[in-house]
Amino acid sequence: MNTVVETTPILSDILGSLKPEPGLKTDAFNSLEKMGLPSNKSEEYKFTPITRALEKNFNFANSNPQSELNTIDKFAIADVDAHTLVFVNGIFSETLSRYNQTDLQIKPITGLEPGFGTLADYKTDALVAWNTAAWSSGFSIEVNPNTTVNKPVVFHYIHDTTKAEVKSFIRNIIRVGKSSNLTIIEKQDTVGEQPGFSNIVTEGFVEENAALSLFSLQADNGKRFHFGQTAIMQAHSSRVNSFTLTLDGKLIRNNLQLILDGEGIESHMNGLYILHGDTIADNHTVVDHRKPNSNSNELYKGVMEDNSKGIFNGKIYVRPDAQKTNAFQSNRNILLSDGATVNTKPQLEIWADDVKCSHGCTTGQLDEEALFYLQTRGIRKETARAMMLYAFAGEVLNTIAIEPLKNYVDALISERLHKNF
Amino acid sequence: MLSIKNLHAKIEDNQILNGLNLEVRPGEVHAIMGPNGSGKSTLASVLAGREEFEVTDGTVDYLGKNLLELDPEERAREGIFLAFQYPVEIPGVSTINFMKTAVNQVREARGQEPLDAVSFLGVMKEKMKLVEIDQSLLNRSLNEGFSGGEKKRNEIFQMAMLEPKLAILDETDSGLDIDALRIVANGVNKLRNKNNSIIVVTHYQRLLEYIVPDFVHVLYKGKIVKSGTKELALELEAKGYDWIKDEVALA
Repeated sequence: MNTVVETTPILSDILGSLKPEPGLKTDAFNSLEKMGLPSNKSEEYKFTPITRALEKNFNFANSNPQSELNTIDKFAIADVDAHTLVFVNGIFSETLSRYNQTDLQIKPITGLEPGFGTLADYKTDALVAWNTAAWSSGFSIEVNPNTTVNKPVVFHYIHDTTKAEVKSFIRNIIRVGKSSNLTIIEKQDTVGEQPGFSNIVTEGFVEENAALSLFSLQADNGKRFHFGQTAIMQAHSSRVNSFTLTLDGKLIRNNLQLILDGEGIESHMNGLYILHGDTIADNHTVVDHRKPNSNSNELYKGVMEDNSKGIFNGKIYVRPDAQKTNAFQSNRNILLSDGATVNTKPQLEIWADDVKCSHGCTTGQLDEEALFYLQTRGIRKETARAMMLYAFAGEVLNTIAIEPLKNYVDALISERLHKNF
Repeated sequence: MLSIKNLHAKIEDNQILNGLNLEVRPGEVHAIMGPNGSGKSTLASVLAGREEFEVTDGTVDYLGKNLLELDPEERAREGIFLAFQYPVEIPGVSTINFMKTAVNQVREARGQEPLDAVSFLGVMKEKMKLVEIDQSLLNRSLNEGFSGGEKKRNEIFQMAMLEPKLAILDETDSGLDIDALRIVANGVNKLRNKNNSIIVVTHYQRLLEYIVPDFVHVLYKGKIVKSGTKELALELEAKGYDWIKDEVALA
């Protein structure tokens, strides 16, 4: 670990803006002060110049503007009946939210929940430390054992940057009780032209035989800079499915970490990033097999156009105890222009000897021969291109089991790809 | 229908076609034969509009239009069809959806109403019979995991769906066993009529037993060096291509 602290001009503004209470917040504050923000020499942020981007776009000495937003209709996920929790500029809006507590408990986060701060490590990641010191709102979502939760919970992280730039720090904790299930959908959107930075950390505990589905929809065409860390601990025979969609934003960094701390676990991580303009989208994932007999499967696919940049880093740890692990990872990328780039890095660290692990990453252009083939059947080149990209994305899209959500995502993708067939 | 005059074409720095002339009238079937590397597939590619090939001289007139100015999809809409030697596998695109898109974009370009799902399926079922292709195959991703014979039948099925005026069959017999060959050839023959024309590009005479040509041309070093009737194909089968090479060398 690099212990050299690079003092960045904004670090003192950030530290000055924080008034951490004693306890974890202060510990995290000290950790941030000690680590500093990641520099371009930092291994984990080598391709994602987040500190520089924040320096250029934000003044952390300023506080957030007030918002007069009175509807979020245009950001709603059509036909998905859900509990909705709406945050505007990092503050929970009771009036814009709609939820009830019939089959789950939704409570404002206190920081005193069991397990709080144990999965998202504020000692090694400065942005997690920042969130841990700075969070101002968020929820604890808890599902009792043996409970079927019928409606997903949707978190709307909205920035209203009409008057000025916005910074938001949100912290959530999720606990899915034994043999229960829960679906969480996170969505980010912006109104206004000024930049916004969100730093959102979610920790989750999925107990024995429970199931958690996590969706993150990042199609924010505002000037969104985002850091997110989601860390989930899975117990015996539990199941986690994640789907991360990135279509827009200025700079998006998603850290997703699954800890498989039991046997008979199923973990599926799916990701799709279709980028244009100058968007940078960075997915760092960790699958940590700690016990025997579990399966993980990861599929991330990306399409980069214009001057956009995709980054994928997939770590798989198979600990000495985790015999009979099956762990698969695949990252496939298509570059559509000379200015587009992708950096992909699988990182497998395997200490057990009786395991099946594989990974593969590919980067290429659209298959010209296939395009020609479609054209010779009378199909316009743009349609042929859209057909092939849509087919490429379809493999990930088809993992979404909730039909109305799949249709919603399908529409977002189709619009992006100018699908007209 | 098609008039090729003095066609020269190259790919990168390799000059492949060197002054090729060919006249095809409606209702005719022309076979283009020749040894490996003579330019047969290049001719097919140039006619279909493959970008990698650069036409350096000559003209191609198709139904009064300068064919070389048209994009591949425009050529298809004008009635040109290329059956690929190596049909491309396209994962995630079902054959049926692909065909529906193709048929309707071609119809649109011809000023016809698009086919709705029911009429499309009706037409499709009828054409499937021509090449004895099963619907389960068409529900799958385009050519993905198809056997050689299935791929070629799929090509002829697409030809049937698009009803071309000029079909170019590029080595359609390669990789086919005798049963598959017969099925594919029967499909082609059923589509043959007095208004449309077919160019059959092949190395062997075998396919021409089933798709009987009106004319046979021998392509060598990028030029048609000999033309005749179907008997020429038999002669080539019996004697090989060396005597042609010798004739050219002498001339």
